[in-house]
Amino acid sequence: MSNVQIITGNSAAAYGAKLAKVQVVSAYPITPSTSVTETIANWVERGELKAEYVRVESEHSVMTVCISASTVGARVFTSTSSHGLLYMHEQLHWAAGSRLPIVMCCINRGVGAPWSIFNDQQDSISQRDTGWIQIYCRDNQEILDSVIQAYRIAEEVYCPIMVCYDGFVLSHTMMPVDIPDADQVCQFLPPYKPHTILCPEDPRNINPVIFPWQRRDAEGVLRDGYMDMRWKLQHALEESRDVIVRTSRDYAELFGREHGGLLWSYRTDDAEVLIAGMGSIATEATTAADLLREQGIRAGVVGVRVYRPFPRAEVREAFRKAPAIVVFEKNISYGYEGALCADIKAALYGTGIDAPVHNFIAGLGGRDVKAGELADAVRSSLTAITAGKREQQTWLNCVTE
Amino acid sequence: METKDDNLSAMCKPAVGEAGRTGDWRDATPVIDPTKCIASVKNRPACYLCWLYCPEGIVTAAVPVKIDLDYCKGCGICAEECPSKAITMVMHEEAVK
Repeated sequence: MSNVQIITGNSAAAYGAKLAKVQVVSAYPITPSTSVTETIANWVERGELKAEYVRVESEHSVMTVCISASTVGARVFTSTSSHGLLYMHEQLHWAAGSRLPIVMCCINRGVGAPWSIFNDQQDSISQRDTGWIQIYCRDNQEILDSVIQAYRIAEEVYCPIMVCYDGFVLSHTMMPVDIPDADQVCQFLPPYKPHTILCPEDPRNINPVIFPWQRRDAEGVLRDGYMDMRWKLQHALEESRDVIVRTSRDYAELFGREHGGLLWSYRTDDAEVLIAGMGSIATEATTAADLLREQGIRAGVVGVRVYRPFPRAEVREAFRKAPAIVVFEKNISYGYEGALCADIKAALYGTGIDAPVHNFIAGLGGRDVKAGELADAVRSSLTAITAGKREQQTWLNCVTE
Repeated sequence: METKDDNLSAMCKPAVGEAGRTGDWRDATPVIDPTKCIASVKNRPACYLCWLYCPEGIVTAAVPVKIDLDYCKGCGICAEECPSKAITMVMHEEAVK
């Protein structure tokens, strides 16, 4: 029997954590993420969720609590946004380097200076290289489902996962969400088995100094050098693609919802132009594609759901027959281009796919992005492509002179 | 991940010398004058502020007090804290003589 409720993205995230039976939650409030852990704190206080809620003085400490709790075998959850995420930066590396399956929601918000509380994806994109898996959700149902899936993926590959979704656009927007049955979630999600068991009888020195080369420790065990451990993290993320796809498929079998594994597509089969994006802007692009098709332009959408590990093979397959590619994204790698656009182009290198790729930087700091504007942008790109312009970076609805 | 990898994350049993002989890092070496050290003068366990303050945990609270120079980094905190000024930090070259 389905249990559909009309809830915000932040409520959906909180339900995901509750259904995953998280044992330790630590958080520091920051807009627009606050209501996620506020909701969880409420459940903990009322005894509806048997978890330890740890109040701390900063996001840096939040991640430290998560790391410690995960190390001793607890399933942990947190959420943050923008400057909170950036304040965690150092500890994000520690979490990934310690191979801890922490799940965190990043409710995407712009980064200062100057202050903005509104949505873009500069915060999580700037944490791209910390060794975390990054999933970008396009609606509230996907947020709930992704949090549950994230625990199964993280605990299988021993890598932390950031479940990212757009601030306000999803976090504070109410949509119908089917809340899965708790017993069924238990069936889907086996208990967390930590890679190392800590106990007072068998003390461990965690994360000691690691030397450049392998060497035997004081007990005579051959230990990896620093670089070998870095390779293992890289390898784990590369290998996690299969786990992510399998988890998504298993979830669909049990709950009847498939969000596309690494990547999803919309009306791409006969498309003369493919629009790419991540998160809610990709959802908006599906409406734009419909508008364009009404106007006689065969447009389709490729949504990147998992940004790290980057779905190299799936991107190649999705754009194999694309005559033109237009990438919309809510971030900028200053001095170059949007991070997604750069990664898509890199994935196409050497494959013989030679489509022009246009990049639109859109919606920074909450600037509204409407489907009609996306459609207009795609039309302008197609005109420029016809005129021979293969590469182009445009800031949508922005005073650029 | 069926087979357990001991090197999945960096861990080891706590042991002396896990990070190598860190005494190599030392410039100045603590030298104890037994005619001033309170434990030695009284010939019984006493004072041991050097043992309490040593950040490396390499001072042995005995009579006489011993400092493990394999791991002493030469920070000089023991000399600073010693109430009877029994510890002198001498530059490495002189200590070797």
